[in-house]
Amino acid sequence: MAARYDRAITVFSPDGHLFQVEYAQEAVKKGSTAVGIRGKDIVVLGVEKKSVAKLQEERTVRKICTLDDHVCMAFAGLTADARIVVNRARVECQSHRLTVEDPVTVEYITRHIATLKQRYTQSNGRRPFGISALIVGFDCDGTPRLYQTDPSGTYHAWKANAIGRSAKTVREFLEKNYTDEAIATNNESIKLAIKALLEVVQSGGKNIELAVIRRNQPLKLLESKEIETLVTEIEKEKEDEAEKKKQKKST
Amino acid sequence: MALASVLQSESVDFSNYGRQRRGFASGLYETELGLESVGGDSLSFALRTSCSNGDGPDRKIEFLHGTTTLAFKFQHGVIVAVDSRATAGSYIASQTVKKVIEINPYLLGTMAGGAADCSFWERLLARQCRVYELRNKERISVAAASKLLANMVYQYKGMGLSMGTMVCGWDKTGPGLYYVDSEGNRVCGDLFAVGSGSMYAYGIVDSGLKQKDLTVEEACDLGRRAIYQATYRDAYSGGQVNLYHVHSEGWTRVSQSDVLMLHQQYQSEKA
Repeated sequence: MAARYDRAITVFSPDGHLFQVEYAQEAVKKGSTAVGIRGKDIVVLGVEKKSVAKLQEERTVRKICTLDDHVCMAFAGLTADARIVVNRARVECQSHRLTVEDPVTVEYITRHIATLKQRYTQSNGRRPFGISALIVGFDCDGTPRLYQTDPSGTYHAWKANAIGRSAKTVREFLEKNYTDEAIATNNESIKLAIKALLEVVQSGGKNIELAVIRRNQPLKLLESKEIETLVTEIEKEKEDEAEKKKQKKST
Repeated sequence: MALASVLQSESVDFSNYGRQRRGFASGLYETELGLESVGGDSLSFALRTSCSNGDGPDRKIEFLHGTTTLAFKFQHGVIVAVDSRATAGSYIASQTVKKVIEINPYLLGTMAGGAADCSFWERLLARQCRVYELRNKERISVAAASKLLANMVYQYKGMGLSMGTMVCGWDKTGPGLYYVDSEGNRVCGDLFAVGSGSMYAYGIVDSGLKQKDLTVEEACDLGRRAIYQATYRDAYSGGQVNLYHVHSEGWTRVSQSDVLMLHQQYQSEKA
């Protein structure tokens, strides 16, 4: 059945699926994990760093991109498609500043990206973008925001979310651990993001790339040393927790 | 303004206006010449001369350059005051023209230049503003609205549009006032007066705004006075003074006062 209805993007299947869009979503599931957390005064993006070849320069592989001073995004899926989407979004951010004399709101740019993606699910001869994006930032009035878009062109606001490989596991972890205490301070929010990624990333802190935006400050990529420190902190906390439990059991 | 197309011979003189300024005028502009030695670079005159250069002596369309419109920002918002006279040469075509266009409940636009141009583009602006509001779930800022208008007319630059409007409103950054014209100017400011009577209006408002912190009453009186004085001296302004006040909740139509009534009122106050 599926075989007949998955050729053209503009064809619905009898049970209402757009197969090309669903296959695009499969492509997203193959990409490396990205997690986004909305704190009170901070927004955090964490991505799983794919191991680079020996001769490859590490700096050219960047999965977290700034769209403007106060908005940035991480993606999962086809890197080439992401590059195009990021370019269009960057231009739109500046166009908005020109015509409206105001920076974009996170919702506006997310809507723009989502509309762009939807257009590619309804035109002939084009395939959908094979990426999901996590768009984070602060609006003019200081509210932090996190949005997620997917290849079909829908977008939703989230408190915390994950995309890419093992997104389900990470999301379940976040559902259990995203509490008001967990995001009480900026540091705690960052640690929550790392904890979430550690669930699915092999070999710990080396393969995590983290970026934060604090209110009224531009995007900051955390250095590997800082990440290592935080990872050791987390591991220590885990050990302390485990010991406490043991003591409780023995007494 | 349809009347003006009938009175073609009268409006031809508008295009010669620039040339005849220093020379011996033929009847029409005698009253203004004496006061005309002010340089032609002020906003209101620039509006006329630039248009006349563009089209040459064949233009028969009537324009509301004979007008006084004024808007100024103060502590409690923006006051917008306009006259209501339309002239075709020395013929008074109408004393009851509405020169303030209500774009939406919190944005106003004034009209100077071609009435059709002003009302058409401002209605188009109203549509754009509404779409913006629906898409973004918040009101459009005055800066953005004036930018949209300026960009719209800029595409027709050089094609004979004549529009000099002030976009006035209140947004989340407070009161907003922008002057936008068909030449592509878009200027933010605290006080603008546009039209043949603008010089007289400027005089009154400049002296009245010296003391800061006007109350709403005082500001309305100032606006009314300024337009009245302009109609007193300028032959091409008159009729009624329409006064609007833009505040945080939107705009309110404060008053419509006949200048002859105002004249009597001010005279009795003097005595």
